[in-house]
Amino acid sequence: MRGVQLSLNKGQKLRLERALDKLESLSSKANSDASVTVADDISVNYEDAILKGHGTTELDGRVVATLCGVVERVNKLVYVRALRARYKPEIGDIIVGRVIEVAPKRWRLEINFSQDAVLMLSSMNLPDGIQRRRTAIDELNMRSIFEENDVICAEVRGFQHDGCLHLQARSQKYGKLKTGQLLTVPPYIVKKRKQHFHYLDQYGIDLILGCNGFIWVGEHVEVRDDMVEDQIYKSDQENLNSGNTLSSNEIEETYTPLDTRQHICRIANAIRVLSTLGFMITVELIMEILNLSKSLNLDIHEMLGGEFHVLVAEKEAERRSSLTKKR
Amino acid sequence: MEYVNPEGLRLDGRRPMEMRQLRAEIGVVSKADGSAVFEMGNTKVIAAVYGPREVQNRSQQMNDQALVRCEYSMANFSTGDRMRKPKGDRRSTEISLVIRQTMEACILTHLMPRSQIDIFVQVLQADGGTRSACINAATLALADAGIPMRDLVTSCSAGFLNGTPLLDLNYVEDSAGGPDVTVGILPKLDKVTLLQMDAKLAMDTFENVMQLATEGCKAVATYIREILLEHTKQLEFRRGL
Repeated sequence: MRGVQLSLNKGQKLRLERALDKLESLSSKANSDASVTVADDISVNYEDAILKGHGTTELDGRVVATLCGVVERVNKLVYVRALRARYKPEIGDIIVGRVIEVAPKRWRLEINFSQDAVLMLSSMNLPDGIQRRRTAIDELNMRSIFEENDVICAEVRGFQHDGCLHLQARSQKYGKLKTGQLLTVPPYIVKKRKQHFHYLDQYGIDLILGCNGFIWVGEHVEVRDDMVEDQIYKSDQENLNSGNTLSSNEIEETYTPLDTRQHICRIANAIRVLSTLGFMITVELIMEILNLSKSLNLDIHEMLGGEFHVLVAEKEAERRSSLTKKR
Repeated sequence: MEYVNPEGLRLDGRRPMEMRQLRAEIGVVSKADGSAVFEMGNTKVIAAVYGPREVQNRSQQMNDQALVRCEYSMANFSTGDRMRKPKGDRRSTEISLVIRQTMEACILTHLMPRSQIDIFVQVLQADGGTRSACINAATLALADAGIPMRDLVTSCSAGFLNGTPLLDLNYVEDSAGGPDVTVGILPKLDKVTLLQMDAKLAMDTFENVMQLATEGCKAVATYIREILLEHTKQLEFRRGL
């Protein structure tokens, strides 16, 4: 079993197995033979014309899978949705990535795809918020916007004709992410939804579920337009205190209250538990696990123990069975 | 030395046509894109696959297909006498090349242009047939990483000692100096992708040994298939709707 290399005692193991069995029995009714492995035949009705999609190939007139995954059928199209694979970008996806290189007029980002993504200087809003041509000076100041190893959030713009993936960040909600944690989970367990930015207002935390399996949990930042005068004020400040002494303003900016940090860690651990168990990651589930851990009065580090994993699995089994009953 | 006793049993108590016990586990390296452990009796191999990812060395980048790289190594503790081997000796370079070529033949590299796939295999316990075990482990790891493949590649070895064809040689039989035929096949397409033999063998006996090894490959394929399907189902039902 993937990821469940937890130290469990006998009773916990049994309970985990029972919970997982319950989950299996719940899902097996829906689609029993949809899973295929490499080189399995996919049964299709050959009288109808079919379209072979991703993850399929033709062999002696039969449709054969080239991936391990689940067969999906949409009208005539038959394709295999791979489970554990790298992220496959779709236009409009919201992703979180890490800058690995600052190149001329562009940043290169690691986004868990088979290639690095490119964020052009021209496809993002400048910090002063003015729409204008990017000058050579802007190009020289690129490092003041994003540096290497910065974590940023952007949207997939599309593939260029040369095959490289372009991103855009044309809104205030995109951009550099600071004071928080980046988590990497397999992309298939992140559910695609209308909303990927979440503001958990009772904790003052921003949660970004990137479609590429990079999840950001960080302190809430007010989306504000950095006004021009703000910039001037800032640069004046910087000029004033030359050297390495931090101004009170900067200290205030980097300071995060202890309980916010604890909330960040708690949410991050909830996501870690979900990803080791291989459950779908949604805000509702994360909040449920968060509340579970709080109601049990568990410390943050205890959430990663075997007992809590078992509890989460049992809770999930219960939740899914109640869902199916309602239907 | 007698490798098959009069009762028709081999040194480890197997029949000539019997394979060692197989065991496989998927998802053993948490940070890798795909990983697997494969055991054939006492031979134990771990494989990890990274990629498809950005090509590290730009000059090796290909615009129409993926670059496949493979690194084979043997853990110091894998053999009976603990040896400190230099990295990149002739034997491991050769096996790396063999594994790379075999895997490249089945990966649909044209679907992942401008990227690279790294396969790392390490022998944890060596008891003969490491080459086949490595290929089987690499197949599992590649399938786990969600890399599109024409077919699974499976491999098995066979030998010929005391006038009997023997399936899946262990270390003692391997070092007897007899012929050792390693075969790799694509079970669905029914094609041979790897055939290696040291020592000589008469034409008609070769046919038999090769046939035996192919049967062995097919048995491995059914096992691997079972494991993969089980794993895929697990992932799917756990994820839920």
